[in-house]
Amino acid sequence: MSVTDTQLMTINIGPQHPSTHGVLRLIVQLDAEKVVSCTPDIGYLHRAIGKIAEGLHYEQFLPYTDRLDYLASFINNLGWAMAAEKLYGIDPPRRAEYLRVLLSELARIESHLIWLGTHLLDLGAITPLFYCFREKELIRDLFEEICGARMTHAFCRIGGVRDDVTPAFLPKVREFAAAFPKAIREYEALITNNPIFRARTRGVGVISAATAIDYGLSGPSLRGSGVGWDLRKAEPYAAYGELDFDVPVGERGDVYDRYLVRMEEMRQSLRLVVQAAENLPAGPVLADAPQFLRPSKAEFHRNMQAMIRYFHITIHGACPPPGEVYAAVEGSKGEVGYYVVSDGGPKPVRVQLRGPSFVNLAALEEMARGQYLADLVAIIGSIDIVLGEVDR
Amino acid sequence: MGLIDGRFEKNLATDAVDTVLNLGRAYSLWPVAYGLACCAIEMIHTMTARWDLARFGAEVFRPSPRQADVMIVAGTVTHKMAPILRRLYDQMPEPKFVIAMGGCATAGGPFRTYSVVQGVDTIVPVDIYVEGCPPRPENLIRAFVLLQERVKRMTIAKVPRSPEPPVRIGAHGA
Amino acid sequence: MIPAQKDIGALLTGDLAARLPGAVRRLAHSRGECYLHVETARLVETARFLKEELPWQFAFLANLSPVDWLSRVPRFEVVYHLRSLVFNYRLGLKVDVPDESLSLPSLTGVWRAADWLEREAYDLFGIRFAGHPDLRRIMLPDDWEGHPYRRDYPLAGRAGE
Repeated sequence: MSVTDTQLMTINIGPQHPSTHGVLRLIVQLDAEKVVSCTPDIGYLHRAIGKIAEGLHYEQFLPYTDRLDYLASFINNLGWAMAAEKLYGIDPPRRAEYLRVLLSELARIESHLIWLGTHLLDLGAITPLFYCFREKELIRDLFEEICGARMTHAFCRIGGVRDDVTPAFLPKVREFAAAFPKAIREYEALITNNPIFRARTRGVGVISAATAIDYGLSGPSLRGSGVGWDLRKAEPYAAYGELDFDVPVGERGDVYDRYLVRMEEMRQSLRLVVQAAENLPAGPVLADAPQFLRPSKAEFHRNMQAMIRYFHITIHGACPPPGEVYAAVEGSKGEVGYYVVSDGGPKPVRVQLRGPSFVNLAALEEMARGQYLADLVAIIGSIDIVLGEVDR
Repeated sequence: MGLIDGRFEKNLATDAVDTVLNLGRAYSLWPVAYGLACCAIEMIHTMTARWDLARFGAEVFRPSPRQADVMIVAGTVTHKMAPILRRLYDQMPEPKFVIAMGGCATAGGPFRTYSVVQGVDTIVPVDIYVEGCPPRPENLIRAFVLLQERVKRMTIAKVPRSPEPPVRIGAHGA
Repeated sequence: MIPAQKDIGALLTGDLAARLPGAVRRLAHSRGECYLHVETARLVETARFLKEELPWQFAFLANLSPVDWLSRVPRFEVVYHLRSLVFNYRLGLKVDVPDESLSLPSLTGVWRAADWLEREAYDLFGIRFAGHPDLRRIMLPDDWEGHPYRRDYPLAGRAGE
């Protein structure tokens, strides 16, 4: 037997593994240290959320959407609310649109913070995790202030948001906005020019723009390859069309560029948070659409018609006219899409949840082929997957 | 402690050994890194600076079950994941404990579907159930403290015993 | 002068009628969005046309969704959502799945994003995609029986699975 005779080695990573960011299983074929093929085996968190939707009223399904991308729950809520609003044909009031932007961007910052902490943890740097979670706690406090829940808030509602913000909320947001840029500078000082980090991420996991588009990548994974596509700019929803922000775009499509894109996105999100907080218009936070939305409790107690309406919608559900919509929002990981089909009944006929992590994960093998096993860990982190969205 | 477990009647010597063993076990309960879904994020929060589970002895989350004492099942268990959960539990050395964190681990949560196991206690014996979706870090810490008290009640003496019934912590800490 | 999103339905149907006659059955609208109903046999060439031809360039497959109409004939349809990033267009494609074969031509040769999306459709609905390089289950264990997202499959599952 020749000295250089080698065999491919197949190893199993996960589903219980610190670096897979959840219950992901990878079957990796290695030629010594280089990855020959990397096949994800998913479905370990398949909870049939799309099928659950078929048995619920549109309003009842909203809390389930929190559990899809549980790192940035509000954005998922928003996508579903927009899909239902398109089906009903109602528009949320302006104050609600601004609040939606504010809370979506806070959710995006939270998601990027956990990405940063866990990605660096996988690469061997333990400190950023604790620093990022320190800031993440502040954002959780903000959400707790308005709705009492730290995560999976279900705060967005069809027709607006659940409640107006408390008086203490906006001052706390300003406090956070004043303190956060210093935190980002701290992370960058630790990480961006760190020689170990650069060595592990520069030129690793490269995907070209054309391949990325062909794979259906979206979000920072796509923008890292130089494609300036962001749904907030391409199809402005909520109040994004009225606010000022930039969309950072990378050059090389490697792990390092995706890191830079997300770091800058945190800054831009903060910019949006501040603008939304400063320019919050006055007015109601829930649309007035008596045919589809339940009247307020105050109306319920005052007005017999409202009481009848309330019970009717609660028991029978609000039925949109037949039709279909595809509502997409720019989630922290990419395009979060809801394809909803209505036959005129109170429950949807079909709900297809388009999870960006699911589509993005398909490109893992493309990015990892020919790279070292250690690079594989960096690449998984740079795609930023959340298994709730992959498996749904 | 196979050689001395259950061989002697309760006496001063067994009490002394119990105190030492239980002190060591209770204050160094190392969890397995076993986050499945959304509850895992609150579990990580409980581990980080503000709530700091490490001050209760959970210094590190061990990736390997061979080096862990307690499995905090944080998140939804699916039928696809169930054999792996059981295998990890089997790989943990005695004495081992299970905390079922969150609605999904307790009873399947809001997911009464074909793919979700309706409660992790159908697969492994659970010591503490923590309700919530997800439970607040304070609740998880309370579960941990209750588990520590349970560990301190363990004994190597030969006493008639049935396994301690599991404890349930409600969503409001009740 | 790039046509606006609201005008592309008519322009597209016209273009397709000229260059791929008979491929498009009809154009439908729902809540202001266009859906092209495409003949099953002409799906791949229509998809390739939409992806490659100017002024369309629908290079981005955003979503692939089967719909189970249960009591309709044919029972299943598959809806594709396409995007043209260059021109900022969006489009829906609909194709009926023939009841006898429950099979559609695979679009993995046109968009690589179709790979996993078609596997998911096969896993959960049982629709086969002819020409797919690796058509096997993706969410459920390999030995699972049945296709759970079909509307006659109970949500809580069947006994014995």
